[in-house]
Amino acid sequence: MLVLGKDEKAKYPFLADAGKYLQEYGFELPQFGTDPILKDIVDKAYERVMAATSGSVYKSGLADGRAVQDRMLDVEILSFLFAIVLIKLANRHTLVRRFALSEARRAESYLAGDLSDRRDRSRVDMARRILHDLFGLKVEMRDYRYLIPVPDYLKHSSVFHEREWKLVNRQVEDGHVILKPDKTVRLIRHALTTYISEKIRDSPVPDMIPGLEGMVAELVAVADKLTPAYESTGEHPPCIKHAINVLKSGENLPHSGRFMLATFLLARGQPVEEIAPLFKNAPDYSERVTMYQLNHLSGRTGGVKYNCPSCDKLRTQNLCFAVPECDGIITPLQFGRRRKAAQHEQQHQSSDVEPAEEGEPA
Amino acid sequence: MNERDILFLESAFKKYYYDHISEIPVPDDILHREFGYQKLGVKGMTRHIQVKDAGQMRVMFMKTVPSDAYCSNSYYSFPNLDMREKDWRGADLVFDIDAKDLNLPCRRDHVLAVCETCGCSRMERERAEEEEKKKKKKKKKEGKEGERGAGEEGAGGPNLECGSCGQAGRVRPKSLPCKECITASKKQVALLNRILRDELGVEPDHMSTYFSGNEGFHVHVSDPRFRELDARARSDLAGYVMLSGLVPEALGVHKTSGLDRAELPDLGQKGWRGRFAKAAFGSKTKRAETISEMSKTSSWAAYARFEGIIREVSGDVGARIDAQVTGDIHRIFRMPHTINSKSGMLKTACTGDADSFDPYADAVVLDADETVSVECGCPVRFGLGRKRFGPYKAGESAELPVYAAAYAICKGFGRLAANATTVNAD
Repeated sequence: MLVLGKDEKAKYPFLADAGKYLQEYGFELPQFGTDPILKDIVDKAYERVMAATSGSVYKSGLADGRAVQDRMLDVEILSFLFAIVLIKLANRHTLVRRFALSEARRAESYLAGDLSDRRDRSRVDMARRILHDLFGLKVEMRDYRYLIPVPDYLKHSSVFHEREWKLVNRQVEDGHVILKPDKTVRLIRHALTTYISEKIRDSPVPDMIPGLEGMVAELVAVADKLTPAYESTGEHPPCIKHAINVLKSGENLPHSGRFMLATFLLARGQPVEEIAPLFKNAPDYSERVTMYQLNHLSGRTGGVKYNCPSCDKLRTQNLCFAVPECDGIITPLQFGRRRKAAQHEQQHQSSDVEPAEEGEPA
Repeated sequence: MNERDILFLESAFKKYYYDHISEIPVPDDILHREFGYQKLGVKGMTRHIQVKDAGQMRVMFMKTVPSDAYCSNSYYSFPNLDMREKDWRGADLVFDIDAKDLNLPCRRDHVLAVCETCGCSRMERERAEEEEKKKKKKKKKEGKEGERGAGEEGAGGPNLECGSCGQAGRVRPKSLPCKECITASKKQVALLNRILRDELGVEPDHMSTYFSGNEGFHVHVSDPRFRELDARARSDLAGYVMLSGLVPEALGVHKTSGLDRAELPDLGQKGWRGRFAKAAFGSKTKRAETISEMSKTSSWAAYARFEGIIREVSGDVGARIDAQVTGDIHRIFRMPHTINSKSGMLKTACTGDADSFDPYADAVVLDADETVSVECGCPVRFGLGRKRFGPYKAGESAELPVYAAAYAICKGFGRLAANATTVNAD
């Protein structure tokens, strides 16, 4: 069980017991709608959620992770807890997801700072305890580099799609992956996001707080605009183009390549009858077998519709011929998919936020 | 395979299981494993079987006399239910090294093209060359350009016709015993075991190596720390073992900022960095020369050069495993100490000195004393059970020990002679 001081709670407010904390201060939720003393907490909470919706990280008023004033510390902790109340009142999943990610990234910067602190060993120990107690990550330290057991690394890294996170691109020695502090905490971002999401999900839904209806309605409106909508350029990814070219030239496309091509085209909505002729040039073409297999893959027979393989899987099958436009996609189906223009409008500016980081795990 | 051949093999397999049933190791946590088996002459596989204990497992063997017996590397809450309802709990790690995937030049001399309908056989290379000629002729006629390499991979397609019986789609490549293939596979196994032990931290007690009974090796890792890894994590691990997906940035070579000397791999380093440096540079002097040469070029040129080096040496630095096998968490694997119906040999544990392990002698377990008359057609000699056999002209009758007769029948180039008295037949 982690015992935290106020400083740590301000840096990692998701570790605080919300109900207990509010009780300690003697606050009732309805007070937040009317009490002018609590206005700065409500405003900060709103700011925290809005920062998250714009894909940014809320920047706290803590100097080097430590509170300058005691009041500021309280505001840090209470604004986080009240942000959860606002999110519960807005009842939009996209707010939960974005807020959890934003807060995970905020905590990440503190954790990385703590793990690199060469003056105060207690901060290193606290950060290591958080990694262990919350995420089961038992890290050893060697000269301010962190040694993570290979299985633990793989459990957390498998959510990343960037090549740098592949085990082969890491320093591996004696059963451990060796990471710098920033990469060590980056490794657990997904787990941390999930942890915060669950914390929000498990919080009770409060009654609407009189005086805050407008604020909640604004959050709902922002969340609704954020629901992703995509349009496709219609262009095939290079792996699919390659497969089609192989078949056109009458060469043999391996079974895995045929599976990829068929499931891709089926997922794009092409009917079986239009896909079948593509295989006519295959050296072992049989109309009956092709139709049987396509019907099976489409779920017409057998009842199970097969999914197009992921880019990761295609790489292991030597079917991937990535081009720069493939960056950031995890399945061929995402190639050429762009957000509809209207979605770009929703960028909220705030002086208290940092720019978004690239390369989020899906 | 005709009914007499099936009866002969079943009888030989039954005798083996009757005499050695207690030697088949009982898998850990047997209750949560999925079992499956195949029978000769029966299409498909019977799987999704739950076995309660060693006794029930042995009864299954004696009752069914399987041609091939399998057990999952995965643990399920309900192994007898459909895949989606099994409730996957974890899986041991399995690595598969197959001599076929090493593409050694010796394969030209020991891979046959066998017709499963008439049993005729010839060298696969001859069949492939002939097929290639036919294709070229056809393409010429059609005025089309383009060629396709003739290799083992493209062999045995469903539409290929047998030169003797004319039946389409039944010609398959079958590999005969080859010491070169086994030596090369053993080297890969040794490299894999070193990577697992020295780099990935697997305790030797948790590693078991088996000859598959045909021409490959399986390495099972029962280390519980790896048990909960999902398919993606396993694929990533396979990528590490194969050194696949390595990018120059991991070696300290960047597109814009050029070389980061402190990050460049060195010969004395642990892990793949040391192995890579040895393969890429050879010696400390050459390493220094290469780096100094590269630092004079643009960062883009150095990056491209390193990409080239990675492509060149990855195949030698990494172990040649089948990544799909390691990444698949729903497979069932041939059980140790059971017979492989592709050869009639045993999936055998490789214990002790790997160099002295000779699968073509140590995994031969069927009767060596009794003989049986077999009609064979095999254009090359092959060694099995420390004896040499063949070559045999098509339809030639030979008196073979049971294990060699079973091998010829399993491979498809032999069948019991009409006058043969089947041994041990019930």
